[in-house]
Amino acid sequence: MDLDNFNWEEINKKLKESVRAMKSFWKSLPEQVKRLTVIVIVLIFALIFVRGLLVPADFGKYGHYRASAIDEIISQEINYAGHGICLECHDDIVEKKQSSYHKGVSCEVCHGPAAKHTESPDEVSLRAPRGRGYCPLCHEYLPSRPTGFPQIVSASHNPMKPCITCHNPHDPKPPQTPKECSACHAEIARTKSLSRHIYVPCVRCHEAPVDHKIKPREVLPSKPQTREFCGGCHGEDADSDKGIPRIDLAEHYEHYTCWQCHYPHLPEAP
Amino acid sequence: MMKNTGKSQSTVSRRKVIKNLALSIAGFFTPGILKAGEVLEKFQNWVLGENYKPAEHHWGMGIDINKCIGCGRCAAACKNENDVPREPFFFRTWVERYRIFEDGEVAIDSPNGAVDGFKNFPDSDKKIVRSFFVPKICNHCENPPCVQVCPVGATFKTPDGVILVDPGYCIGCRYCIQACPYGARFLDPETRTAEKCTFCYHRVVKGMTTACVEACPTQARIFGELDKKASPLVRFRRMNKINVLKPSLNTEPKVYYANFDMEVK
Repeated sequence: MDLDNFNWEEINKKLKESVRAMKSFWKSLPEQVKRLTVIVIVLIFALIFVRGLLVPADFGKYGHYRASAIDEIISQEINYAGHGICLECHDDIVEKKQSSYHKGVSCEVCHGPAAKHTESPDEVSLRAPRGRGYCPLCHEYLPSRPTGFPQIVSASHNPMKPCITCHNPHDPKPPQTPKECSACHAEIARTKSLSRHIYVPCVRCHEAPVDHKIKPREVLPSKPQTREFCGGCHGEDADSDKGIPRIDLAEHYEHYTCWQCHYPHLPEAP
Repeated sequence: MMKNTGKSQSTVSRRKVIKNLALSIAGFFTPGILKAGEVLEKFQNWVLGENYKPAEHHWGMGIDINKCIGCGRCAAACKNENDVPREPFFFRTWVERYRIFEDGEVAIDSPNGAVDGFKNFPDSDKKIVRSFFVPKICNHCENPPCVQVCPVGATFKTPDGVILVDPGYCIGCRYCIQACPYGARFLDPETRTAEKCTFCYHRVVKGMTTACVEACPTQARIFGELDKKASPLVRFRRMNKINVLKPSLNTEPKVYYANFDMEVK
């Protein structure tokens, strides 16, 4: 900056001129406008002051909210300890459960929130539901439950016995290998019992290896593959009872397999 | 500054003076604002812990309707974890049972939010065509209507996409309860402030999962990152046909449903 060329006198003169102009402008205002202006200015400052008092200091730090609210929310107490921590003490049970059907059911589902128990295991003990009330929350038969989920009708399923007399909740298995398919496939059995196929045994259509009863998800029974299988009873020239409805396999929707339209466990359903 | 005004003083307009004045004041505050940014980041780290940086996360939930058995353990666990009032009107998460009858009628029920499970209905004459359970929860929308309507800034979206309520700042006006198209909010009967699912934010910032996911025995619920390359939720969204509740409202929910029936509302 070359201050030498700076004309201070000129600036002073201009400044004085403008101050004088503003003074005369203020004097020329009507009295009521002057008073109003003063009131408005006081109000604006009062507003700024009051707003500063009322709005929390940390409001708007991250966004249009109070920053310390996050701090307050995350300081909430934790009740569920999480699925990993039980292993530290109860390793035998957790390991047993890990290879059972209940491997996806974390301990706290049945035993309740365990955070306090993990902090002071001797003072706080957890509940273990032993009555017949708890297991049916998941395993009572409800038509809305997904097919294949193991369900019972508790009113007729050994009514007076607590579940744990036969089933170990940490390694639930049927107490003995079931003889009837309906022991697991109850929904299908119930449906079939209402249908014209009631007297067709399951094994007529499904070849069930013996191992299926022991390792049900690893060894699967067979399913019919072709139209000709159904045609064995329902074909025009089939060697079967006279009352069975017949169709001409060559003409009856020949591009489809039978179970695309007919549900074999309830064939009369639309 | 001095030089500028000095040199051009004879031609300077009032507008230019005011503009320069504003600019110089802004320049005066710039270092302060920048410094405040640094302090803010430090403060945020202090509040949330060094390991948790909200901007690096984006949370969502996946729900597989086919896997839900309607046991209601999620709703019960939520009440245990979050001290939700026990009365049967207040839920942060709940399970609905849908029954679609032969004549097209749809029955939806959720006795006590499924906290005590579901009971069988006495057999009616009507035949059920389809039936299933749908767990419901706050959708933590990308465009949350509840945040828009809050007159005081008591409900807000965190940088990781979770919608929270500040109970210390809520005035209990219930605009947000009206605005939520999913019915996910309620007024706490004791504090008289709005309440809702927090995605268990107090657990999530400590690296844990939500209480409802913890309690689900069939893994029908999946909680996780939406934007990470490999996360259970990303895989869930890739492997399933996905829908959200009320997509026409453009709220962009972050709770994604697989095997979603057209009757689900």
